[in-house]
Amino acid sequence: MSGGTSSRVSRFVPRNWSFAVLAVAVLLVPAFTRDTYILSIFAFMATRFMVVVGLWLLLGLAGQISLGHAAFVGLGAYGSAILVTRADVNPWLALVMSAVLAAAIAGLIGIPTLKLKGHYLAMATMGFGEIIHILLIQLKGLTNGTDGITGIPPLSLGPLNFSDPRLYHLLVWVVALIFFLLALNLTNSRLGRALQALRRSEVAAQSLGVDTSWRKLQVFMLSAVAASIAGSFDAHYVQFVSPDSFTLNVSVILVCSVVIGGFRSVWGAVWGTLLITILPEIIKRFNEDAVNLVFGLLIIVIVVLLPVKSGPLARLQLLLRGRERL
Amino acid sequence: MTFEQLLQYIFSGLTSGSIYALTALGFTLIYNATGLINFAQGELVMLGGLSAVGLYQAGLPLPVAFLGSLTIVLIVTVLFQQLAIRPLLSRGVLAQVIATVGASLALRTAAMMIFGREALPLPAFSGDTPIRIFGASLNPQTLWVVGSTLLIVLALQLFYRRTLTGKAVRACAVNPLAARLMGVSYSNVVLLSFAVSGAISAAAGVMITPISFMTYSSGALLGLKGFAAAALGGLGNPVGAVVGGVALGILEGLGVGLVSSGYKDAIAFVILLLVLFLRPQGIFGGKAVEQE
Repeated sequence: MSGGTSSRVSRFVPRNWSFAVLAVAVLLVPAFTRDTYILSIFAFMATRFMVVVGLWLLLGLAGQISLGHAAFVGLGAYGSAILVTRADVNPWLALVMSAVLAAAIAGLIGIPTLKLKGHYLAMATMGFGEIIHILLIQLKGLTNGTDGITGIPPLSLGPLNFSDPRLYHLLVWVVALIFFLLALNLTNSRLGRALQALRRSEVAAQSLGVDTSWRKLQVFMLSAVAASIAGSFDAHYVQFVSPDSFTLNVSVILVCSVVIGGFRSVWGAVWGTLLITILPEIIKRFNEDAVNLVFGLLIIVIVVLLPVKSGPLARLQLLLRGRERL
Repeated sequence: MTFEQLLQYIFSGLTSGSIYALTALGFTLIYNATGLINFAQGELVMLGGLSAVGLYQAGLPLPVAFLGSLTIVLIVTVLFQQLAIRPLLSRGVLAQVIATVGASLALRTAAMMIFGREALPLPAFSGDTPIRIFGASLNPQTLWVVGSTLLIVLALQLFYRRTLTGKAVRACAVNPLAARLMGVSYSNVVLLSFAVSGAISAAAGVMITPISFMTYSSGALLGLKGFAAAALGGLGNPVGAVVGGVALGILEGLGVGLVSSGYKDAIAFVILLLVLFLRPQGIFGGKAVEQE
């Protein structure tokens, strides 16, 4: 990489205005509403956005599926909940400790599976998700079983107490946007270019000196860390965690949101997050159980009708204009 | 552990092992035809079990419910193959894998909406009176499960080794392009593989339901264990799938005896990770586990 200081700085400056518009729009939300219901939807959208962006990096850039990302979110949420309520650890330190644990577990699962061609990672992460779910229920002494853990304090930083929903909105969205910016820039970093190369041809990438399994492992660990941090934020916001929030179905819906947005650009994650946040609110009015059915069928319909590698705008065009292949 | 206890654990391991073997065979058939890991495989097993429960509770005799369940799962599998996998055959494995992930979520949820959240039973095929062997008690259902598994494996072997259609399927597994040049219809082979895979999985589901009940959410773990069994034997190798399944079942049975039953479901996952770490091609060396 041509590693001059100027290019390093330029990588942290967004290349287009879209990011600035998105950032200003979401950060201005608290100026217009005090409605706690709307603010809570936005708060969950922020953490889900982080998970989806991480998952996009894994699926869109590295072409690998994880069916255990809800479990990584759970790891962060329970990690924070247990460390803060039982061991009196500083919440920010607990967040970091949980993220480190998530990265370590991602390494443990990723090292054997990402060396192999095919979708072993998806199966292994699905197994991991099931195990975590079992452990959260079985290890009653630590996790309080199906009842979950209550009384997790809200986050605070010096004089700022983030129990105020509008203040929390700013905090969680700033974190999510920083991560999104990181992901935008990562696409064109050494890692991003290596992953784009290996997605086209793994052999060609290897012959150019790309350590493909290590690169895939890096991005998998990064996405696990993002999920864990999102989980920690959620736990402090809701002040309660229970095993029901971290099931296989949630993991599949997260994958669904990446598929909806397409693999062409990280911006797909924005549309995907919007849809998995808004669609359930609409379907729930008719039938609560049908939400997952709709998402399952939606994945199939989208993947059959639209090329996976198209971007969100191209997809909208395709849908509006009929089936011209891009 | 006494000898009777050991025998007991091996009996129960043999029962669940047969189910894992059939599920692993289901994975293998589809994997060999398309190179695709079907993430809805466990859901097909679950659907088989629950459909039989539904038909039986509707008043049909058990054998009819068994066949009816096989038919239902067969139709679901063929529909999924024709509507989702067939158009994706030219678009690479990733899109197909994502479609099966979607199918697993849709089937799981549909099953919950139709059959509810409770674990549902089915009566044993020939009564519950245990047979005593060397002090250990053997559930007659075990004989049904193990016997049917043997029968299915033998029938499959005959089909794939002796019939022209079977040989065409094997030719596609070795080299799809060469097989097509010889006049084999690749899309028909894929269709057949999905159909047989669905029927076998459904049979596994019906047979295990009298022993361990079935809920809408049982599919994920059954699928995971079937896959672990296939990987243990060598993904893509049918003999390996059967041996892997039985081995996994017995290891699980012994694990329950030696460690604790609370962690029973973790054993398959640990074995899967160990196999991928130490010997990714499995015991018998699978077809296409390529290391980078």
